[in-house]
Amino acid sequence: MIDFAPPSADAPDATSIRDAIRSRSTSAEAIVAAHLRRIESANPVLNAYHEVFREEALERARQIDERLEHGGDPGLLAGVPVAIKDNIATRLGRTTCSSKMLEHYRSPFDATVVERLHAAGAIVIGKTNLDEFAMGSSTEHCAWGPVRNPWDPERVPGGSSGGSAAAVTADLAAIALGSDTGGSIRQPAALCGCVGVKPTYGRVSRFGLVAFGSSLDQIGPFTRSVRDAALVLTAITGIDPRDSTSADHPAEDFTRGLDEPPAKLRIGLPSAYMSDANDPEVNRVITDAIERFRSAGAEIVPVDLPLTDIGVSTYYVIAPAEACSNLARFDGIRYGHRAAMRPGDELIDLYARSRAEGFGDEVQRRIMLGTYVLSSGYYDAYYNRALRVRRLIKREFDEAFARCDVIIGPTSPTPAFRVGERSDPLSMYLCDVYTVNANIAGICGMSMPAGFAERNGRPLPVGLQLQAPAFEEHRMLRVARLFEVLREAVSA
Amino acid sequence: MQREPLSVEAVAHVARLARLELSKERIDAYRTQLAGVLEHVAKVNAIAVDGVEPMAYPFETSNRLAEDEIAPPMPLDDLLMNAPATEGRFLAVPRVLAEGD
Repeated sequence: MIDFAPPSADAPDATSIRDAIRSRSTSAEAIVAAHLRRIESANPVLNAYHEVFREEALERARQIDERLEHGGDPGLLAGVPVAIKDNIATRLGRTTCSSKMLEHYRSPFDATVVERLHAAGAIVIGKTNLDEFAMGSSTEHCAWGPVRNPWDPERVPGGSSGGSAAAVTADLAAIALGSDTGGSIRQPAALCGCVGVKPTYGRVSRFGLVAFGSSLDQIGPFTRSVRDAALVLTAITGIDPRDSTSADHPAEDFTRGLDEPPAKLRIGLPSAYMSDANDPEVNRVITDAIERFRSAGAEIVPVDLPLTDIGVSTYYVIAPAEACSNLARFDGIRYGHRAAMRPGDELIDLYARSRAEGFGDEVQRRIMLGTYVLSSGYYDAYYNRALRVRRLIKREFDEAFARCDVIIGPTSPTPAFRVGERSDPLSMYLCDVYTVNANIAGICGMSMPAGFAERNGRPLPVGLQLQAPAFEEHRMLRVARLFEVLREAVSA
Repeated sequence: MQREPLSVEAVAHVARLARLELSKERIDAYRTQLAGVLEHVAKVNAIAVDGVEPMAYPFETSNRLAEDEIAPPMPLDDLLMNAPATEGRFLAVPRVLAEGD
């Protein structure tokens, strides 16, 4: 058993850090230095970061402190240390997607979200590990070794943004960015016990995010509290001319009115979500959460989402199809890994060997799957069919949301599993059963800590998922904040 | 019930289309793994979709036109810094045409 202290509940959230820096009761430099010390001691076990920007982060912190000293406005997230999932482009350091294919890749630009965090005064402290090209539910498939769960390092942190989730949970960053294609923010947030938000498709610019499934991918935050999630979203949402799929929707201050729960709250509970196939302790924790909402006056409305199970099948047609198309750009010619040319090789052999050497096992499996479902004779049976089921899944959500304000349920059917436990690809894909449909339909969803299951005497976090209609993040966050208050009241 | 493994030829054909050079062992592993996943994803065929339009994006999208403005290009050094091989200002690639082609 790896000896590692469980995460501290006392770690301050980003809002408190920001307020303390603004009031000069501490300095940005002291905050960054403390995070760097914790990274130094915990990262050898957790492997959450694969690159840390020590000197650059300290330098930037000193600039923030100086601006404060001269009475300047240092921004919404002044001095807050932030970790960036390594499939999001940063000029600083490398952007590797945890792949040998991009081992030495340096981005010539910052992603829009990184620019916006900088503009808000946040300090990028490092790049976090992920499942290669964001494909996975455990963060075991990284070129630099698996990431470990801060609650039990024998277990996975969830995936694919496992490095970002572990970093926030273990207080190695105050906030982190991840990307969610089928649950890759919400599922690791659930397994690590922090807050993770997948915004509505198009709400946050994808410019600078290395594309996996272009119609599904969305960048979002990991935080320690709901108010922090609202703060980060306030900083990063809004239209971006550089991303033609970014939604033409006004930016909002998501922190405003956060403590005012929606009046006459109707919470939708799909029967499909409380399946007997879930871990019994997950069902216990979620049932308890539902009871807390009920006691607080919310109406629990049964809703029907019968296509829940079919979501995984739909997703594993659409996502690999888009992935094999997006990853076609990695051919070893302009950037990325290039294999050695052998006598008699044709150009196609160079592509094929560069890709076989550069991509890991899971990425190749999904490229193969995507190529198969798009190939002649199978396109209609798989891809075209899945796109039609996609519309039905969206309709199902529309009908459910006509009867309730938010939909509630578990984020993941089980708590964190052991490293190496799920070697069969299909069993890994089924981790996403409750999360993929939000990406398919483009709605917003989030996971927040709801309680604990126990394994071998260790507590393991269980995540509560909230889903809301497209562009209703504010409503979703207000309900989440209500639940946070209800939980705090019990533990006080 | 597990679907029959895919044939070696089918997997090799898809690998060629995918531009992936696979070893014999990898091809063998994919015969069963891909068959298992395809068996699962074939569940989409059990859903009635008559008259339902395919939905490629969650929302209707249309072209967003930008002003045709001249802006400075990305510096050449930035464009070339990730190239596996360069020669001066150029990206170096393997020869694809023989002398006299």
